[in-house]
Amino acid sequence: MSEQQEKKQAFELHPTPMLDHLESGPWPSFIKGFKETVTRTEKTMVRGVLDQLNYSYETKMGYWKGGVVGVHGYGAGVISRYSMISDQFPEATEFHTMRVQPAPGLHYSAKALREVCDIWEKYGSGLMSMHGQTGNLQLQGVKAENVQALFDELNQRGWDLGGAGATVRTGASCVGPARCEQACYDTLGTHGKVLSYYADLTHRPQLPYKAKFKFSGCPNDCTNSIQRADYAVIGTWKDDMQVDTAEVENFIDKKGIDYVVNNVISRCPTQAITLKGKQLEIDNRNCVRCMHCLNVMPKALSPGKERGITLLVGGKGHLKVGNMLGSVMVPFMKMETEEDIDAFIELIDKMIDYWSENGLDHERIGETIERVGVQEFLDAVGLEANIDMVAHPRDNPFFKADLTHSPEEAA
Amino acid sequence: MAERTWKTIENGPHSLDDFLHPISKKNYGQWRYHERPRPGVLKHVAWSGDVLFTVRAATHRQVTVDIVRRLCDLADKYADGYLRWTIRNNVEFMTPNEANVEPLIRDLAAIGHPVGGTGPSVSAIAHTQGWLHCDIPAIDASGVAKSIMDALFHDFAHEEMPNRVRLSTSCCEINCGGQADIAVVVQHTRPPRINHEILANVCEMPSTVARCPVAAIRPTTVNGKPSLMVVEEKCIYCGACFGACPAMEINHPEHSKLAVWVGGKNSNARSKPTNMKLVAHGLPNNPPRWPEVTDVLKRILGAYKAGGRDWERLGEWIERIGWRRFFEETGLAFDKSMIDNYRHARVSLNQSAQIRF
Repeated sequence: MSEQQEKKQAFELHPTPMLDHLESGPWPSFIKGFKETVTRTEKTMVRGVLDQLNYSYETKMGYWKGGVVGVHGYGAGVISRYSMISDQFPEATEFHTMRVQPAPGLHYSAKALREVCDIWEKYGSGLMSMHGQTGNLQLQGVKAENVQALFDELNQRGWDLGGAGATVRTGASCVGPARCEQACYDTLGTHGKVLSYYADLTHRPQLPYKAKFKFSGCPNDCTNSIQRADYAVIGTWKDDMQVDTAEVENFIDKKGIDYVVNNVISRCPTQAITLKGKQLEIDNRNCVRCMHCLNVMPKALSPGKERGITLLVGGKGHLKVGNMLGSVMVPFMKMETEEDIDAFIELIDKMIDYWSENGLDHERIGETIERVGVQEFLDAVGLEANIDMVAHPRDNPFFKADLTHSPEEAA
Repeated sequence: MAERTWKTIENGPHSLDDFLHPISKKNYGQWRYHERPRPGVLKHVAWSGDVLFTVRAATHRQVTVDIVRRLCDLADKYADGYLRWTIRNNVEFMTPNEANVEPLIRDLAAIGHPVGGTGPSVSAIAHTQGWLHCDIPAIDASGVAKSIMDALFHDFAHEEMPNRVRLSTSCCEINCGGQADIAVVVQHTRPPRINHEILANVCEMPSTVARCPVAAIRPTTVNGKPSLMVVEEKCIYCGACFGACPAMEINHPEHSKLAVWVGGKNSNARSKPTNMKLVAHGLPNNPPRWPEVTDVLKRILGAYKAGGRDWERLGEWIERIGWRRFFEETGLAFDKSMIDNYRHARVSLNQSAQIRF
């Protein structure tokens, strides 16, 4: 047998009959992609992972367990995976993931991304996830012995690790002012500055549990922040929305009165729009900035000029008490200057400090607030009660009135 | 090993400076409006008059260096060397040159990335890691996602839905895939199976006890060894303990099932954001294609497509027609498990005499 034949034989893929079913169909096939890369690179780790994955498909169980793998000085950012059945699949023994923080908005240059690919192929499997649910670029499949060298080369090109465990997690931001006409603040710049400020809390677990920031430029909330971020930072405006009357008329001419009545006027949740001839009369005082009419008529209607953010706190996924939506803590604050972002960070620092002191193990801040009560939380972080924080005043009859805030006192 | 000479630069997110398309940079925050010339393509117009076309294409999230390099090649050829990803795993190329759009779409199709996911279409699935990489999954999310998107492909590539449809899948009840118009989430149907032989060695017992949302875990002694027990009547099969303690195996090849949830909405447009609701459960964990799951999704989407009005999200459509009609029109069956009996359950009950017969 020639040397070349020997090599070819050594790197032949093993049968993966279950996975092969996922190669057909119009949607891109991750199995096809994996097979292509392992065939070219002849990386045995990927072959082992495919074999173990096929075994999972046959037995309907997962076979990875965690451990402790990291880079110098950090306590998070590498997710270690060891095969529980490495006797059966020795090539899959180690399959650790490195979480890398992308640029805000998941923007890349092809040049920088190719560099990542080259470094990644040098030290790891060549498999990657774009992106994890929190927003990390995940490099999947590196051995512990290569983790430090991989990180150092990436770090030299400006890439840092994301969070894991009880840390501030990698942030997420919508495309924002880079492309969207609805962006009411600089989601990308704010994301960059806030997450850089929290780099220490991202890399070294020292919180009760995870803390997530998501930055959406408008209430369409394209980053799903209310549903899954502890700190949902959502762009909004305070003054009247901008109306281009010529474009309103064009829209009505083009789409017809029926469409405008059925899809704009009657869909406004606060009935703040009335039709007057070929113009819309907008009751801005009653508008709740839901975005619907702006979405339908982006050429005619735009956010106002006095722009800023609404901060909602306490959103989280299922464990342990079921899904929780964030709720309003700051109805409006400016987010235009460096000082505005500093003021925002100062407030978040107070919230994180309170939560760090009072949160139970594995408790998200929303759960902590629910346990101690919003009133207690507001006092702790120095926020005044505000009607925009509630859907309605309490209907539960039992309470201790705070008489220092009675109307007589205020007068 | 050679001594490490590099000193870590702890900077957080990568800088955006060299990552924005020049037209994006020039018109940063100065966009006027957008249009959708065809499914999968956006056209943004700036106050300066500059125009930026975006081509959005599907990826499979679990990609490779080979796939990413090919996408980078297309970015160089058609998009001045820039590309970005959406939070739902789509890749986007931007170009001011309209003539680049059709050839880019053809080249993307040639390497297996169909365009779509814009406007009132079914978006790519936000999903989790599953058997490929996670330490607590009951399914493989990539396989479920691939199977679903193959089945729903037409509605990714066309804009024929009443409004956008966001999908997610999750491999355990933590639901990392997130809330969605339709979500497929693992559902455990039995308490964890405890390995008393190893538990004391691999688990920190007090934090495992504390992890349980219903206080069903108690210390015990088994065969002279300290261990933990589960009060099975209390256990809600959430699997929270398994994340803390690998000796409390919650996954089971037959008893771990899949459930379908609908009506999650993150946007504030029209109605306030909502959590999704349970409409099907006990679906078998049936790799490699999970046909029972895709069947339920097709029924829901078929009924929504037929009955939803323009701009109504799936949950808003149900809100209008009522849950009774939803079950009638999808052919799904409501059952006792769908009545909430956990915290704040009362707000989900019908506290009125308003009924659709």
